[in-house]
Amino acid sequence: MSSPMTPGIAAARLPSETVETNFADLHEPLAPHEAAVAADRCYFCHDAPCMTACPTSIDIPLFIRQISTGTPEAAAKTIFDQNILGGMCARVCPTEELCEQACVRETAEGKPVEIGRLQRYATDTLMAKQSHPYERAATTGKRVAVVGAGPAGLACAHRLAMLGHDVVIYDAMPKAGGLNEYGIAAYKSTDAFAAREVSWLLGVGGINIENGMRLGQNLSLDTLKDENDAVFLAVGLGGVNALRVSGEDLDGVSNAVDFIKELRQSSDLSSLPVGRDVVVIGGGMTAVDAAVQSKLLGAQNVTIAYRRGQDGMSASQYEQDLASSKGVRLMFNLQPVAVHGDGAVREMEFEYTTDDGTGLKGTGEKIRIAADQVFKAIGQTLDTDGGLEISGRKIAVSGAGRTSAQGIWAGGDCASGGDDLTVTAVAEGRDAAMDIHATLMGGN
Amino acid sequence: MADLTTNFLGITSPNPFWLASAPPTDKEYNVRRAFEAGWGGVVWKTLGAEGPPVVNVNGPRYGAIYGADRRLLGLNNIELITDRDLQTNLDEITRVKADYPDRAVIVSIMVPCEEDAWKAILPKVAATGADGIELNFGCPHGMAERGMGSAVGQVPEYIQMVTEWCKKYYDKPVIVKLTPNITDIRNPAQAAKAGGADAVSLINTINSITSVDLDAMAPQPTIDGKGTHGGYCGPAVKPIAMNMVAEIARDPRTHGLPISGIGGVTTWRDAAEFMALGCGNVQVCTAAMTYGFKVVQEMISGLSQWMDEKGYKSTSEFIGMAVPNVTDWQYLNLNYVAKAKISQDDCIKCGRCYAACEDTSHQAIAMSEDRTFTVKDEECVACNLCVDVCPIENCITMEPMSPGEVDPRTGKVVEDAYANWTTHPNNPASVAAE
Repeated sequence: MSSPMTPGIAAARLPSETVETNFADLHEPLAPHEAAVAADRCYFCHDAPCMTACPTSIDIPLFIRQISTGTPEAAAKTIFDQNILGGMCARVCPTEELCEQACVRETAEGKPVEIGRLQRYATDTLMAKQSHPYERAATTGKRVAVVGAGPAGLACAHRLAMLGHDVVIYDAMPKAGGLNEYGIAAYKSTDAFAAREVSWLLGVGGINIENGMRLGQNLSLDTLKDENDAVFLAVGLGGVNALRVSGEDLDGVSNAVDFIKELRQSSDLSSLPVGRDVVVIGGGMTAVDAAVQSKLLGAQNVTIAYRRGQDGMSASQYEQDLASSKGVRLMFNLQPVAVHGDGAVREMEFEYTTDDGTGLKGTGEKIRIAADQVFKAIGQTLDTDGGLEISGRKIAVSGAGRTSAQGIWAGGDCASGGDDLTVTAVAEGRDAAMDIHATLMGGN
Repeated sequence: MADLTTNFLGITSPNPFWLASAPPTDKEYNVRRAFEAGWGGVVWKTLGAEGPPVVNVNGPRYGAIYGADRRLLGLNNIELITDRDLQTNLDEITRVKADYPDRAVIVSIMVPCEEDAWKAILPKVAATGADGIELNFGCPHGMAERGMGSAVGQVPEYIQMVTEWCKKYYDKPVIVKLTPNITDIRNPAQAAKAGGADAVSLINTINSITSVDLDAMAPQPTIDGKGTHGGYCGPAVKPIAMNMVAEIARDPRTHGLPISGIGGVTTWRDAAEFMALGCGNVQVCTAAMTYGFKVVQEMISGLSQWMDEKGYKSTSEFIGMAVPNVTDWQYLNLNYVAKAKISQDDCIKCGRCYAACEDTSHQAIAMSEDRTFTVKDEECVACNLCVDVCPIENCITMEPMSPGEVDPRTGKVVEDAYANWTTHPNNPASVAAE
């Protein structure tokens, strides 16, 4: 048994019970009484700001009222009508920047209605009944290929299947779910929720998933286009940006997304090795997820180093506070200069930066931080464009996900626009499905 | 600090908060606890005639209406009068009154509508040393089926007759408790006065079914599959009670008749409102049943603070002060014009005022792209619905227009002079102002 102070990268830094507790649900589900009290606070606003703030436009006042009148199943239906992944979104949405930020009680009291937790209460209630709430329309005979079984692909496939189309989802990974399954901090999706949600979603029927199919390798866009009436690309961002500094290939330097992926698939977290001194480079959600989870596994010192100032971080204030509360040190205006070590990383060297309005500049002052594990979280990139037009390093789309090629739509992180959130991916998948449907059925 | 000592019918109590005749006052044990908690007086739970006592159901006796966060807003009950032996009650009343000479102890009585029945029980009650009696002409369930309670209270002639018997056989104050289950409360009040009552107390509970069990398809409380109507009380009945109190207080036939106010008194403010409408004191039940006897401490401190702030040295200084301002609709000033005003600083942009006005009233609130809500004076009739639905107190106010200004809704100049419906040209029965 090692401890947080064991040098190098080591497993079992904390007793397994402690790790288990650390990775329990970040937010306990609401009990029925708690849900009633929380729902009671909703004012049932007219043209509610929370609803406007929701990328999937869930009718939040209505579903909360349905909870408060004792019909959480009806509430869940209201949610799923707009967002079939409402269960996952209830767990991972940055509600503090979306619906709850817009809540008038945030204005009035600084304490918004707990919309995210109420959404989880409703969706958990319905999903626990194992009843898939939608029935497919009569089959249309149309066939649509969806590439990528992440939030955008699943949302698109579900809506298409509901409308009577036959859908095949091709996914590169062994399990469906995309970032819900392989990304996202484990404490936000406990008890294999991502997998359970996929299997519940497939309950609508009409959707087949083929795993291990990667676009550009064993899957060709041209073939897909030929064999289907439409194609929806939701391949996400498979590539990872490099640091481009010396020592990047030392042992102990890896991509944060790979660490998270491994962590999410681990059946025994206490056996997962983690460094004593972990440095995470980046300022987004992936950086926070990697840092916090390193800490929860027992790393003694975890630092997030971000090249810009705090206000430039794309991780929300809530996520930053979460990291701080778990003991992660947040450092700003640090850009990586070199990775030092002999075989394995020992130190990260940074240069301080300033931004006087003309762009980020190094100040010349350097700092070294002890590190036996470094996670790179400085952004992901599209790894296959299928020969489509590109905009801002993503597949260019217009309207409801239409790409430059007729018959091919795209959505989620791989497509231009959007905030790279689960909830925006769902909205894009759903809207593309409606556009595909309208296009395919236009002649009828 | 204000002196809360109250003199009601010559009965003094350290404060105007009495416990109403009900389960909290059924036993010596409870009443002693109530007095220790600070209650000014009690009306002992209704005694019946000598002999085998009544029996109560052994299933649920209460039903409830909830507000936000499951706050109890209304309670209904199907409990009858005391189901304990008469002599036990009398002995307990005697002991309690002896130990608490400064508190008011009133005995509620309900016996059959026969002179002998009243003649028999009144000397026994007098012997307890209690300060007075209250005639229970109000209970709407159970006892009414046996010709007592509200069955008496609904017939003014019976009220007068029984009151007369009581004044004949009992020499301390007689309070007549009225039922609200009647079309015009002024008639039974007048009958009580004609019978010589020293005061009336009101309201007793309102006939009600609080809820229906949709699985059992039966009203609640449900006893072995069946339910019955019960007496409704608690905060929900306060507006009904206050109107009835005010009707009696301002009726020339009963004006000045002492009133003990009952019906949903939950806070010091409720008590002050009842008293402003002419009540010499108030009786409380549901608040105590919901929160326990300690709740009286807030009533005492709150009323004291308010009286100090207003400069009232004793309760008698404000009792009845609102009565002259209760009038008939026809005398309301039709020349008074107000407009809603929304404070943008206080507005949290929930839009409830907009939804209420746009969907159900006068389309007098505008909503901008950025959710700024403003009143359209040319449409606003000052109905107050926006104020009532706004979650923020004082965010929307009704601002009176000044005489000489032009009401943009009607295009007419706001007049300084008072004018009501009786002289309005649209009134076919109007009398032209000379």
